[in-house]
Amino acid sequence: MYAQMVKSTGERVKALDEMGPEERAFQERVDADIKIEPKDWMPEGYRKTLVRQIGQHAHSEIVGQLPEGNWITRAPTLDRKAILIAKVQDEAGHGLYLYCAAETLGVSRDEMTEELLSGKAKYSSIFNYPTLTWADIGAIGWLVDGAAIMNQVPLQRCSYGPYSRAMIRICKEESFHQRQGYDIMMRLCEGTAEQKEMAQDALNRFWQPALMMFGPSDKDSVHSAQSMAWKIKQNSNDELRQKFVDQTAPQAEYLGLNVPDPDLKWNEEKQGYDFSEPDWNEFYEVLKGNGPCNKERMEARQKAWNEGAWFRDGLMANAKKKKARRMAAE
Amino acid sequence: MTATVKTDAALFELALRMGDNALILGQRIGAWCGHAPAVEEDIALANVALDLIGQTKMWLGLAGELEGKGRSADDLAFLRDARAFRNALLVEQPNGDFAHTLMRQYLFDAWHHPMLVALKSSADKRVADIAEKAEKEARYHLERSEDLIVRLGDGSAESHERMQTALDALYPFAGELYAADAIDGDLAARRIAPDLGEVGKRYLASLKSTFEEATLKAPWDAATRKGGKQGMHSEELGYILAEMQWMQRAYPGAKW
Ligand SMILES: [Fe+2]
Ligand SMILES: [Fe+2]
Ligand SMILES: [Fe+2]
Repeated sequence: MYAQMVKSTGERVKALDEMGPEERAFQERVDADIKIEPKDWMPEGYRKTLVRQIGQHAHSEIVGQLPEGNWITRAPTLDRKAILIAKVQDEAGHGLYLYCAAETLGVSRDEMTEELLSGKAKYSSIFNYPTLTWADIGAIGWLVDGAAIMNQVPLQRCSYGPYSRAMIRICKEESFHQRQGYDIMMRLCEGTAEQKEMAQDALNRFWQPALMMFGPSDKDSVHSAQSMAWKIKQNSNDELRQKFVDQTAPQAEYLGLNVPDPDLKWNEEKQGYDFSEPDWNEFYEVLKGNGPCNKERMEARQKAWNEGAWFRDGLMANAKKKKARRMAAE
Repeated sequence: MTATVKTDAALFELALRMGDNALILGQRIGAWCGHAPAVEEDIALANVALDLIGQTKMWLGLAGELEGKGRSADDLAFLRDARAFRNALLVEQPNGDFAHTLMRQYLFDAWHHPMLVALKSSADKRVADIAEKAEKEARYHLERSEDLIVRLGDGSAESHERMQTALDALYPFAGELYAADAIDGDLAARRIAPDLGEVGKRYLASLKSTFEEATLKAPWDAATRKGGKQGMHSEELGYILAEMQWMQRAYPGAKW
């Protein structure tokens, strides 16, 4: 999942006895793990927070096509090319499912797209890093899809029915994405010295940005409590980051690669790894638009949208003509 | 003995022609991923590219087998120079705007599908087997591209104009697809491949009806631009290969 800093209501979580009857009934359903469906009553804050969260997630899938799509024409073998095309195609599909889920909350895909293109809506910081070598395609599958799975698996149980169902479909595909990424890394690490160096370099560049995908540290994460009470967020950012490091560090070791963190160390007592926090200044800069590729990503999406206007208008014009002809024939 | 060698050489050429068409077109469309005018188009183009790369593996795999020098589909795709490529000029034409991409696709699909239908009854079982698989995919590609040509041709003034411009630019490349040379004649005589003239007749008939419905006018009398099938390409191909083959060339012998 790619929602890193979703603004919630900014208010403290209400207790059940502070709620009116409708809100109370709503919260009791959420507490009992009964899914909320589009027709059900829901607090406005819940709807708005979900629209933001699903929107960020959808935009991330769409923008996420770009860094990997960048290597489709250069993939080193026919199999790798086919797998990469299939993966990028899946990401576009994820974007579609998620836009559909958001549409059930009363916001259209076009409205969401406008928000992305105007810079009002965010997408994950991770996609603002460049893919410089083929190993980056491996590192993205392994680390970025790996982090996405970490985040998305619990969201399959999210309280909002359409989002939860979209997550279930998406998670099935994400594990294939992670495997193909790790497989690329394995091949590189078994390969020539140059290939292994390429793999290490990719890990060096993507490690911190991958950790940032979980969002700021819990102590700085102001919007989590309400989202957790609404069950649209199940685990804290730090919990998920820890899980990710615990899963990934041994995988790096298996590859024979060094995680670029001198403080990474197994902690027997907590049964998890100790590790350094990523550079949060860099994170906030990327969110502000100052990452290495923010400008290029936005320009690419704006270009696709603007230069595609005639195509979308043309199809609409044809649909209108057909309708008019049908009416005339009747 | 000479006869067998000649048979294999012609069949090798056929496998390269079919495989290189799929490869170069797949390569071209692959560049659209993430840049198409609607998410549905990103998905659909990726789907077509994926099918074409799959077909490439089958055709070039067969070509390598026929050649008998131990070259794999990857070797043929990534380690041949431009003059050894056998794709038609049409598929190497630039993506241009989305209208050019769609028109190039339609002009190819409308030939590709009947060609594969005919190859399903090839006297060579390996060819027939590949055609059997590829034909279903090509039918879907054709349905999609034909539908879009009609809707955009008969759409808004701008979409009509863009489609017309694309048709004017690309139609001259259509003729190469069904222009038979000695190799095609040889293959047809032995029922390994169809009479390309017959495929061409069907092709032109379907173009006529599609363009009529799309309110587009093809420059039917334009001179045909050809040569790719014999290895005489446009300047485009060198750049396509420079990008596509770069990794294999830069890291010789590495496994990916
Ligand atoms: Fe995804
Ligand atoms: Fe993803
Ligand atoms: Fe993914």
